[in-house]
Amino acid sequence: MTKHFEKLALTRRGFVVGTGATAIAVMFGTASGTGEAEAAASQTIGTWIKIGDDGIVTLISPVSEMGQGTKTAVPLMLAEDLDADWSKVRVVQAGASNKLYGNPKFNHQQQTVGSYSVTGYYLTMRLAGAQARQVLLANAAETLKVPVAELTTEPGMVVHAKSKRKIGYGEIAKTAKVPDPLPQVTKADLKPASQFRLIGKDTPRVDVPSKVNGTAEYGMDVQLPGMLYGSIRYPEVQHEKVLTVDDSEAKKVPGVVKIVTLPVGVGVIANTVEGAMRAKEALKVTWSKTAPGQTYTQDRVLADYRTIAADWSKPGITMVKKGDADAALKGAAKVLTAEYYSEHVSHVCMEPLNATAWVQGDKVQVWSGNQAPAVMQILASIAAGTKPDNVTVNTMLLGGGFGRRSDGDDVMHATMLAKAADGHPVKLIWNRSDDMMNDKFRPLTVQRLEIGLDAKGDIVGWRHRIVNETYLGRVLPPPVFKAIGMHDVVSGGGGEMNYAVGNHRVEWARAARGVDVGAWRGIAAGYTKFAIETLIDELAANKKMDPLQYRLSLLKDDPRSAAVVQAVADMAKWTEKRPDGRALGLAYSDALNSHTAAVVEVSVDDKTGAIKVHHVWAAVDAGMAVQPKNIEAQMRGAMTFGLGAALREQIHIENGVVQERNFDTYQVMRMSDVPEMTVKVISNANEPTGIGEAGVPVVAPAIANAVAKLTGKRLRHLPMTPDRVKQALG
Amino acid sequence: MSSFTFTINGKSTTVTAEADTPLLWVVREHLKLTGTKFGCGAGLCGACTVHLDGKAVRSCQTQVSEVKGRKVTTIEGLSANADHPLQKAWVAEQVPQCGYCQSGQIMQAAELLAKNKNPSREEIVTHMDGNICRCGTYPQIIAAIQTAAKG
Ligand code: FES
Ligand code: FES
Repeated sequence: MTKHFEKLALTRRGFVVGTGATAIAVMFGTASGTGEAEAAASQTIGTWIKIGDDGIVTLISPVSEMGQGTKTAVPLMLAEDLDADWSKVRVVQAGASNKLYGNPKFNHQQQTVGSYSVTGYYLTMRLAGAQARQVLLANAAETLKVPVAELTTEPGMVVHAKSKRKIGYGEIAKTAKVPDPLPQVTKADLKPASQFRLIGKDTPRVDVPSKVNGTAEYGMDVQLPGMLYGSIRYPEVQHEKVLTVDDSEAKKVPGVVKIVTLPVGVGVIANTVEGAMRAKEALKVTWSKTAPGQTYTQDRVLADYRTIAADWSKPGITMVKKGDADAALKGAAKVLTAEYYSEHVSHVCMEPLNATAWVQGDKVQVWSGNQAPAVMQILASIAAGTKPDNVTVNTMLLGGGFGRRSDGDDVMHATMLAKAADGHPVKLIWNRSDDMMNDKFRPLTVQRLEIGLDAKGDIVGWRHRIVNETYLGRVLPPPVFKAIGMHDVVSGGGGEMNYAVGNHRVEWARAARGVDVGAWRGIAAGYTKFAIETLIDELAANKKMDPLQYRLSLLKDDPRSAAVVQAVADMAKWTEKRPDGRALGLAYSDALNSHTAAVVEVSVDDKTGAIKVHHVWAAVDAGMAVQPKNIEAQMRGAMTFGLGAALREQIHIENGVVQERNFDTYQVMRMSDVPEMTVKVISNANEPTGIGEAGVPVVAPAIANAVAKLTGKRLRHLPMTPDRVKQALG
Repeated sequence: MSSFTFTINGKSTTVTAEADTPLLWVVREHLKLTGTKFGCGAGLCGACTVHLDGKAVRSCQTQVSEVKGRKVTTIEGLSANADHPLQKAWVAEQVPQCGYCQSGQIMQAAELLAKNKNPSREEIVTHMDGNICRCGTYPQIIAAIQTAAKG
């Protein structure tokens, strides 16, 4: 607990609840506003819960809202056990503080990543709500002069049934005192599922009304007094440096205020956005030609990676080690080997990256849609040359995140511009080309799998080698990366699996080639499951077993996984014959701590090689479904993301230059591309697990498996473009 | 720089800008109507869709000089209290995820419903196909348009 909290804990009007390292400060307030002032006050004192005299309950959302619905789901879990009246709940976005708002299951970092939000804050929120409710009950007992045991709650009020008296939370807040000792709660005090009023009830999302009338505020929408606009000319090859600048034409563009050479490119500051963008194009810049990315052409890199993948003597990081896979393979009757390739894909968040910064003396304010406020604070402080404590981060709504917006290069660059803007705030806006050429792509990856089989075709050993560039090695300070054993779960993870395999070795070999990579929705499982799940189908074929039965046999000790696989098979009527020219494919994923299975029905145009997906069925068990309809929507969205990566999305890099710069060459799924998707959400009493990404990994392997069933050909290269399919068909 | 007078959401306004300034930036940054979004700047995504004399256009591909004396409607002016049937349906179906594309989606769909009271699924898809939703809310968009059409 911080000093600040200790002091707060002693005041009559505030107290601290919470378990473990997370301290949840609760305040009883005077009449609560619902606007920005409230939000600001809430942020400075780190109050998570404020119960106003007017009955308005203000809750903090510690995580970023980028479409996944956590601005509703996380506070809702607290409101459930507080028994708050949801119509009187207001949600405000937290400021930046790992200490106050860090995710209990993500090393107490305030990051909205890895589908960790609902799962990470689940117990903390519910226990805090339950404990705060006990405080309200204790106060009500005193006011009504009855024993606490005779009291219950209805949404927003304490009820004494015997005397038919009720007292609202706002009423209690007016005179509330903090009981000494503070009531304690355990898991046993949580509301039983049968009494849930919010969890599992599809509460409308708090952000939705603002997103249909234009009032939702994204980073892009920030408007400040005296605000100028920024644009940056970046090098065509990442990390090259400015050598010379000829800004004579750029300076003639109306509205240009200043042109500054930055460590990352040449910045334009203008008093209109159109001026900033135009001047940037008019700059004539020469660049160094020394960045390692100069030689990066993806076919060449892929060939390199193949050599590394096949060479187990080359050092790698052990990601999974169970039993002795090497020995098992040596003794195997047969070894099945397969290589898988996956190309770079781009995030292309609908909102191009942008950030607004305001440097005033040594104080900095930042407005940005980001997935990691505390990271933004540090980066802005570096750019401005001040202490992180001097930086205030306003986390706005994100027009998509998908893993791109923890990096903070946008915030850092905006702060660099603002530092040169003589006390004016500067809004840096990337155009789509800036956004794509500076993306931190999903890594280009080669995987090699070697599966040892006994005489009956059963698995005796499983080796899986993943070769690509590191993400965590780039974003973590070197000592921190070393301290975690260089265990990069973003680039080299995803090799784990629930299948019963005794001897299992997964190794990740980092191979830097000068192009930055990042986390992309579904992270490593987006490619590892493609390899694992298509190989599982091959192993089934080798054993002459149905892919469904084969998976169930490998999951017989894991009833939750097996149930999901069976459920989706039932939904798709797995055993029923399909029309001619169509086939079904199945895949299962345990990634992101959830259980997901999908069946797809596909056809292939053998003239063009185009794969058409006609229908997707999916079942997901992510434990207790806090917002079931939202889970369905997330599954559809994530599967649509997965469809893009499976069939179409691909970034080409020629000698370090990113070729795709907009939606003409980088084709994402459009409405006409999306098949019917039937989703089943299996809810149970287990703690909730991740859902924002769980739909991604299953799509590509399910499609490849269906194509193999239809054509007999195995596709091992993502995306499965018509060209590649045609090539495979021969 | 020149001055351009046009009607926006029922009110007359005059802005001073270069003649070829995209309407998108005039709306968003000069007039501070930020509901209209910048997605691609190239007519490829539909995030910037507004109505020009009742017709859906990409504001990133429309120059301010073209709208002189004409009527522009943005998401902020689509209805008085966010009560256009599409806006209500969008809430009922909980369409938005990140929400960034949704102003454009709604403006595009509004044009469809204005000329076709009861569009088929196919007509909806054809009309909406130029509007990208990176979050993949397409099924919900279709459902919401159908809901709004039913009235
Ligand atoms: S921003 Fe105008 S169509 Fe994309
Ligand atoms: S809701 Fe995010 S792009 Fe459509």
